Amino acid sequence: MDATIWTVILALGVGTYLIRLSFLGLVGDRAMPDWAMRLLRHVPVAVLPALVAPLVVWPAATGGVPDPARMTAAFVALAVGAVTRNALGAIAAGMAALYLGLWLY
Amino acid sequence: MTRATRSAFLSGLVQGAPFVLVIAPFGILFGIVASEAGWSTMQMMAMSVLVVAGISQFTAVQMIADNVPTVVVILTALAVNLRLAIYSASLALHLGALPFRQRAVLAYMLLDSSYAAAVSRFAVEPEMTGSEKFAYFVGASMPIVPVWYAFTWLGGVAGRAVPEEYALDFALPITFIAMFAPLLRGRPQVAAAVTAMGLSLLLADLPFGSGILAAALGAMAVGAGVERLGEGR
Repeated sequence: MDATIWTVILALGVGTYLIRLSFLGLVGDRAMPDWAMRLLRHVPVAVLPALVAPLVVWPAATGGVPDPARMTAAFVALAVGAVTRNALGAIAAGMAALYLGLWLY
Repeated sequence: MTRATRSAFLSGLVQGAPFVLVIAPFGILFGIVASEAGWSTMQMMAMSVLVVAGISQFTAVQMIADNVPTVVVILTALAVNLRLAIYSASLALHLGALPFRQRAVLAYMLLDSSYAAAVSRFAVEPEMTGSEKFAYFVGASMPIVPVWYAFTWLGGVAGRAVPEEYALDFALPITFIAMFAPLLRGRPQVAAAVTAMGLSLLLADLPFGSGILAAALGAMAVGAGVERLGEGR
């Protein structure tokens, strides 16, 4: 596991730096093609929900059994974040819902 | 440092300061999550210093804990960071004339928060010189990048002290949700998110965590397609 962690740290560090440098490193001001911008704009709303969905439906802490407290907390965080557009508020609301749910169920 | 670059640096510092409130809790959370996943302080610090991109760091910790193969972990975490290429392209319009060495330094500090601060400033003050823009960007990064290191460390220390019944296993999914929920502004974003969740659940049995990557790629295409349809070409 240690070797995996260090490999990921190094590869991700170098790769992320190269992504950052990509256009800044080129001389002049080349623009990206329209279709590429269109795809890239949707990276956060594609990658994050894809990562989250299995974690919410099959949480590791319950051995993969769907858990009402965690499911409710996820919906609360989503709703608060979408309505208020405030990420920290959504985290606070989600965690509050989680503790309330764990205490109730 | 001339008077003008010093004042640009200070004004960057002021604009970057509020981001401490966002970066600090995030850094703590990363430290906690990494320490709960069994990472050493050295490892989490190395990651925060070398990668400096929170969401991808969380992603990598989570996937390593799930025993996903190294290559897939790296590819997925890099995919999360592809948005930085947009920032890079957008800033190149303002900073393309700087010496390469300065651009290479700025690239290291290019984050959601520093980008947001810089791009809004450069847009309203196009008469800033290259060295003023450089100074501004470095100034804006000062309350962000070192704070990220410091609070990662603090979270790592705190993580060892938090007992398991606090259900911090679920802090990570909640944080991810809180990060994308505010982005669901229109039909394309909602379509992308729904596609991503649906595909990711459907493809969960694919080997090596590749279902998540496939779901994300499909969702990007759907988001881009819906956006394009909405513009009526």
